[in-house]
Amino acid sequence: MTERQQNQDLDMPALLDTLSSELRHLLQSRNIKNPVMIGIHTGGLWVAEELHKTLGIQQPLGALNITFYRDDFTRIGMHPQVQPSNLPFNVDDQHIILVDDVLHTGRTIRAALNEIFDYGRPASVMLAVLVERGNRELPVSADVAATRIELNDNQHIKLNKENDALVLSVEETK
Amino acid sequence: MKQHDIQIDKDGELRHFLTIEGLKKPMLTGILDHAENFSSVSNRQVKKVPLLRGKTIANLFFEASTRTRTTFELAAKRLSADVINININTSATTKGESLLDMLQNLESMQVDMFVVRHNSSGAAHFIAQHVAPHISVINAGDGSHAHPTQAMLDMFTIRRHKQEFTKLTVAIVGDIMHSRVARSQIHALNTLGVPEIRVIGPQTIIPKEAAHLGVHVYHDMHQGLQNVDVVIMLRLQRERMEGALLPSEHEYFHMYGLTEEKLKLAKADAIVMHPGPINRGVEIESSVADGPQSVILEQVTHGISVRMAVMSMALGRSSLTDGQERGQS
Repeated sequence: MTERQQNQDLDMPALLDTLSSELRHLLQSRNIKNPVMIGIHTGGLWVAEELHKTLGIQQPLGALNITFYRDDFTRIGMHPQVQPSNLPFNVDDQHIILVDDVLHTGRTIRAALNEIFDYGRPASVMLAVLVERGNRELPVSADVAATRIELNDNQHIKLNKENDALVLSVEETK
Repeated sequence: MKQHDIQIDKDGELRHFLTIEGLKKPMLTGILDHAENFSSVSNRQVKKVPLLRGKTIANLFFEASTRTRTTFELAAKRLSADVINININTSATTKGESLLDMLQNLESMQVDMFVVRHNSSGAAHFIAQHVAPHISVINAGDGSHAHPTQAMLDMFTIRRHKQEFTKLTVAIVGDIMHSRVARSQIHALNTLGVPEIRVIGPQTIIPKEAAHLGVHVYHDMHQGLQNVDVVIMLRLQRERMEGALLPSEHEYFHMYGLTEEKLKLAKADAIVMHPGPINRGVEIESSVADGPQSVILEQVTHGISVRMAVMSMALGRSSLTDGQERGQS
């Protein structure tokens, strides 16, 4: 049984504001003028769509579907597929902002980095996530996170789209 | 013949891919959808994903093949599997026992999948019945029985051009009798809901049971091609033909060869397909094979994606795993 609870602290517009302003600062401090953005299917892409607009990024948004790069393929097999990856630009020498909804174990980001490098050699990759939670299993950290939450093992945080609005909720497995 | 059970494991997932017969529509659609996703891999700078890293796939080819063997090999390599190609010249006397011995030897080398091409109908099925539980078998063509991955790449090509199967008229022209490709295509087209399938060819090379497969038989190509959306030409399999089934290649071309003029009978946007290798001037005119309606070379490209899909589905079954779903984020 899963029980969904709306967490009061997870106010989406505020989180997106925080994320975009922190990203803007980071780009300024690193003197990056013309970055490209890649969102990870599916939640990360939704967040990236918002950020891509607010930051006014010139190049079209890229989308990454890491299914073929997961480290647990032999455990869970083929998934019903979402859209394939689509990077509508050359990644060589680009400064990439990689966007995901939740950073947890770090395995998705490992997979995403591997996939990006199969397209070329970027100048840099920075990671922006909406929510960072504990229990990292790999040496991965976010450059920018809108919020950090401590959750128990039986709790999952999930981004959903309801009537075109993004909703973040914590689900509990009992 | 009930044989679908062996292809599907206890969880309803694809274990072997031996024939289209018995597979349900969602399974075929699933193969096409996965193939659609894999097709993007082949357009990238690094045409490779790590999905089957550490898996070993043995191509067992008891019969000559260039296109099929090469695309199976490329598909496996693009999935990062290790591939061994074994070309075996069979002599009719040494089939049964030596085949099983060889399989056991390969199993001892921790092979995970056999891709089998054999000139005897039922060979892949036979091998599938004798392999260890974790091993999958893909039929790459057995005698005149089945060639399921070819049929699926043809379905993939049709779907790319025509989207919906449920409104199409598809004509298959030529040597239906000797064609494992035609047999698999007919099963696939039926399962995917194509309302009208026509087979066109001389009486001598259209099997009597064709009508039972739910197809309309035509012996006159001019009638058969009227208003079709898809024309599939079959290769005249000279090496399989014995005796006097046909008068001459010249006459065959006159009656059943696809020319620009005959193609005009089909719909204006009809596509022309051929599983290859083509006999120019025997079943198809060069100007048609190379013409604007031909999708013959696309079929070859799609063969890689479809084979990637089938291989990864069979080797990614949940029963091969510990069944534990692990989230990643």
